[in-house]
Amino acid sequence: MNIAVKGNLEEARDAAYALPLDQINPAQGILFQTDTMWPYFERLRKEDPVHYTADSEFGPYWSITKYNDIMAVDTNHQVFSSDFTYGGITIGGGQANFEPLPMFIAMDPPRHDIQRKVVTPVVSPANLEYLGPIIRERAGKILDSLPIGEPFDWVDKVSIELTTMTLATLFDFPFEDRRKLTYWSDVVTAVPGHGLIDTFEQKMEVFQEYHAYFTELWNQRVNSTETKGDLISMLAHNPATRNMAPREYFGNVVLLTVGGNDTTRNTITGSVLALNQNPDQYQKLRDHPELIPSMVSETIRWQTPLAHMRRTAVQDFEFRGKQIKKGDKVVMWYVSGNRDDEVIERPNDYIVDRENPRRHISFGFGIHRCVGNRLAELQLQIIWEEIFKRFPVIEQVAEPKRTYSTFVKGYEHFHVVIPKRN
Amino acid sequence: MPKIRYIEHNGKEHEVEVPLGWSVMEGAVKNLIPGIDADCGGACACATCHVFVDPAFEARIPPKSDMEETMLDFAPETAANSRLSCQIKVTAELDGLVVRMPHSQH
Repeated sequence: MNIAVKGNLEEARDAAYALPLDQINPAQGILFQTDTMWPYFERLRKEDPVHYTADSEFGPYWSITKYNDIMAVDTNHQVFSSDFTYGGITIGGGQANFEPLPMFIAMDPPRHDIQRKVVTPVVSPANLEYLGPIIRERAGKILDSLPIGEPFDWVDKVSIELTTMTLATLFDFPFEDRRKLTYWSDVVTAVPGHGLIDTFEQKMEVFQEYHAYFTELWNQRVNSTETKGDLISMLAHNPATRNMAPREYFGNVVLLTVGGNDTTRNTITGSVLALNQNPDQYQKLRDHPELIPSMVSETIRWQTPLAHMRRTAVQDFEFRGKQIKKGDKVVMWYVSGNRDDEVIERPNDYIVDRENPRRHISFGFGIHRCVGNRLAELQLQIIWEEIFKRFPVIEQVAEPKRTYSTFVKGYEHFHVVIPKRN
Repeated sequence: MPKIRYIEHNGKEHEVEVPLGWSVMEGAVKNLIPGIDADCGGACACATCHVFVDPAFEARIPPKSDMEETMLDFAPETAANSRLSCQIKVTAELDGLVVRMPHSQH
């Protein structure tokens, strides 16, 4: 099957506006892979911001598309549950062939709160101060090894490499095996039949290997008398989690692997793409490198590395004039909220010196707000500081290949060239 | 207008007059005082406007809501006098309030 790497946005707009409203279904991997989902969300924000799709490959679901409505759902965990027993936090969770794993992002209070607090110290201010110089040294080495004047895949050589190294450190995972983390993370979020894996059975086989590897690490750490600060030791030694069922330990490992991996990876790639698409902004950033933190926040908004989070209504609830029923699947489209012009001025523009760059919804809000947000920002900040020490420009040579997913909004490949060093 | 003294983690002090009805968070953000991020814009939905309230003023501020308690619970390096500054409304009684900012907002 030949799929255009980027669809025609004008055609997509015509298609989105030609459909009867009740047939609009933004949850299609192909729209995300071809970057043509935008007009569907634009129309929903204008005409039907809380929208019901009766029929989709994921069954019926509600779409929440406006920034403030997403905030209202995200902070109302009493009505909108994340619990894995209802299907968890992705639109595909709870379908016949996809039983969500227990993990704290897919739990409600009090269990969520207890488990989240066990791992939070890994991203404490003190630990970030410890990690900063390590990340900087690695970023420098990665950048120094890049070819000059010759195209290469930025995703593989930089985005994956840096974020996987960081993740390996957080887990104290055998460093030479670190690309296993990348692979497992990609398998967790992969849609069978679209590249990485062909079937669900295959996915389960990889899960077994993944689970076995981490069980071995647990066994090593749980018996160690030395108290270490890595995530596995934290889970294995904390009274709140040390007696977790193996499946629950594995669920939390999956959460920390995916959460700490492709989100930051895709935002690093997104930053190079956004700056290439907006050369005036790239120039502004070169002239004012003190704008890097602001550019990082703007990229996190612009990229929105996780397109949605899902909840399940645990009671009937009237919301913006719509009747959401107990048991309904409710999808908060962060990717749409971040383009809501009622809250964000000129939301489709990429502006590195935006007035309120931190005003974005990519980390979510409320009790499930991203725990690793500062570590993500730190990695992006460091890589750009190190890039500017070395390269005047990184040039895009082709349109990136985007991920077929309604959840992970990212890139499989992105070819660039670095014409020269500073 | 009540005066509020914001003290950054590095000890730098900022004293400003804040209109009645604003939140303590708004008093900082609108006066460009660093150290308070307020990512959610004042909805008690993150914990990036965390401050330590001078104990002398604690009793003059209404108690925390459940949501504020919960959000603070997930913030690093909190103490008994930790509050989310977006949840503190400025009143005449708070004239002279002193708040200290944490090392960083998470």
